[in-house]
Amino acid sequence: MKYDMILSGVGGQGTLLAAKILASLAVQAELDVKLSEIHGMAQRGGSVITHVRMGENVHAPVISLGSADFVLAFEWLEALRAAPYLKENGVLIASNQKIMPITVITGSGEYPDYVHDALLIDALKLANKAGNARCVNTVMLGALSCYLPFSEEAWAKSFKECIKPQFLDVNTRAYKLGRQYMKEAQNI
Amino acid sequence: MKELMLGNEAIARGAYEAGVKHIISYPGTPSTEITEFASKYKEIFCQWSVNEKVSFETAFGASLMGDRAMTCLKHVGLNVAADSLFTAAYTGVNAGLVIVCADDPGMYSSQNEQDSRQIARAAHVPVLEPSDAGEAKDMVLKAFEISEEYDTPVMLRITTRLAHQRSLVELCDRQEVPSKEYTKNPAKYVMMPGMARKRHIVVEDRERRLSDAVNTLSLNRMEIRDSDIGIISAGAVYEYVKEVMPNASLLKLGISYPIPKEIIKEFASRVKKLYVIEELEPVIETEIAAMGIEVMGKCLTGLQGELSPEKLCEIFKGEKQEVKASNLPMRPPVLCPGCPHRASFYALKKLKLTVFGDIGCYTLGTLAPLSSMDASLCMGASIGMLLGAYLAKGKDFSKKAVAVIGDSTFLHSGIQPLVSAVSLNAAITVVILDNRITAMTGHQPNPSTGKDIYGNDIPEVNIEKLCLAIGARVNTVNPMEVEDFTSLLKEELNYDGVSVIVAKYPCALLPNQRKPAIKVENCRNCKLCLNIGCPAILPGENGVTVDSTLCNGCGLCATICPFGSFKMEGK
Repeated sequence: MKYDMILSGVGGQGTLLAAKILASLAVQAELDVKLSEIHGMAQRGGSVITHVRMGENVHAPVISLGSADFVLAFEWLEALRAAPYLKENGVLIASNQKIMPITVITGSGEYPDYVHDALLIDALKLANKAGNARCVNTVMLGALSCYLPFSEEAWAKSFKECIKPQFLDVNTRAYKLGRQYMKEAQNI
Repeated sequence: MKELMLGNEAIARGAYEAGVKHIISYPGTPSTEITEFASKYKEIFCQWSVNEKVSFETAFGASLMGDRAMTCLKHVGLNVAADSLFTAAYTGVNAGLVIVCADDPGMYSSQNEQDSRQIARAAHVPVLEPSDAGEAKDMVLKAFEISEEYDTPVMLRITTRLAHQRSLVELCDRQEVPSKEYTKNPAKYVMMPGMARKRHIVVEDRERRLSDAVNTLSLNRMEIRDSDIGIISAGAVYEYVKEVMPNASLLKLGISYPIPKEIIKEFASRVKKLYVIEELEPVIETEIAAMGIEVMGKCLTGLQGELSPEKLCEIFKGEKQEVKASNLPMRPPVLCPGCPHRASFYALKKLKLTVFGDIGCYTLGTLAPLSSMDASLCMGASIGMLLGAYLAKGKDFSKKAVAVIGDSTFLHSGIQPLVSAVSLNAAITVVILDNRITAMTGHQPNPSTGKDIYGNDIPEVNIEKLCLAIGARVNTVNPMEVEDFTSLLKEELNYDGVSVIVAKYPCALLPNQRKPAIKVENCRNCKLCLNIGCPAILPGENGVTVDSTLCNGCGLCATICPFGSFKMEGK
């Protein structure tokens, strides 16, 4: 089993937590795993990209352009920005949420339209339905889970390991809504 | 037991296992989390110091008294500590002393791309470079052994990709290292010329012994495979090389200064073509070239930016990943919704002032639409630059200019230039953007916060009284009250002396700062509010809207809207 995954979004959307949960799944499956994160300046509402690599033996902590199995994007513009990481037949799963960057607000750029080859999900709506708008990240993990071979028990264990007890229930609900949506939308 | 750890977390673990008793640091991305993680071990005393020079000296003092000590800083922080480091290399240590220095290739959060190995080399301090989190932990222990065996400070040099990667780390128990005895020895520890001349000889001798020893250390490792290509590398990039060139022969340097010349000679003789792959400056390459060995490196990689597996693919396999030029709008970092700096810069911009800036979140005030800053160099530089502008252009100019500096940055290295300004009786105005915390690096307390790294109450350094004692005229204002702040600015800019305005308002991300989101009613679409660059205010054809998930309810938009279209709850 070998997966290279890019998680992209806007600073503050919780890509780091989502990446940690994926890494914990890899550890459970006794795989080697490496993550590469962006902290500091880039987190102040800027674009953030987290690399997640798992397999028998992982060397570099970063994924090359054109070689990711999945791009999981928490925001539409960041989905397009991270798309070049996808390999041929790689899967782009993206939240349809649009967060306007300052360049669009001030009129120096134009926010791009949706394109058809992405699996779009209204993650913000589902997160609100689960009970907290900040659970977009776990909704997205639910959607991604349809494509990964980890058992429901393994996901539950990793959630418990990585999420504070008081937020575990709402995130588990969010995960289930994301998973259910993707299963129905893609007939999985 | 193996655990997934952030590189910086693994270094903190290494310090714990190595029996370190003190870690004294100043925050700086990408090194900050080391000290934060270390503070969770009750066996290690941690402190956020006032700057890197003081933190290094504090750690040095602890080492002198016999306790293993460490300081963690970013590359530009090493410059601040360099004065002490260069001479500490002469005195040597008592118990082990390790400097963890984080370089930032690609400048994710930095103002330059310097290579700290060059400073270590200039100071005659050995350098260890780990390649992943597990090795980083092990190398901390090794660094302390070398420090004590060779009586020298040792640098553990990391980069952003090492600091902020997570990989698996094998945990071990802490080895309690008993404190060493301190014996008074001025010939070793007082560096007057007569003593220092003798110590310089010791430094040279130590370096010779270490240069021999590195040829037998397991930190340096040859992996002989195909003999056509041999690649020498160190640090995080070793893993890139290993991934891209699995069949090439590799020489991994765990110690990159001094380099193991015997091993390098042998490796070079066993391969047809020799390369050095290293980020930033050609530190290893230059030394190998000086040995008379033919080698290629920087002519292929260049000096700028970080290396990547795809860049190595391009170099070694000629495979270039074609990426279509992106016309996507950029998403640069911005001041957060509710940030008090936004209000400050709005006022500065309206007065059309020349602004000498400093290092912190507020450096983001440079970007459109606030577009406020004229120059920013390094920690504490704003006041000195303004002073120079006053000398060059006189007070007619300096009365239309300010220096802006944060609370933590002022205490780091803004006090001395203020003293210098007072002694010249310069007509300058300094705005201290006091948001009560070191925000950019993730909310570390500083001496004016009144809390230590553990959250305990500590005596609070009073910035106003400090500036008064220096001899400046001092006023405190809430920058969110834009009119008050603007009229105070106008008044102080006319003062014929050193004036300090403390613009005090807490960081929007501190607890309890969030208020209910602002509502918009009857917007006339004049777009004036878009000039403050708040990411929560969105333009629209029928007027602006407020994104209630982002809005922090600060009310700056309500303050500046001429039509009263923004409604704060309860007002």
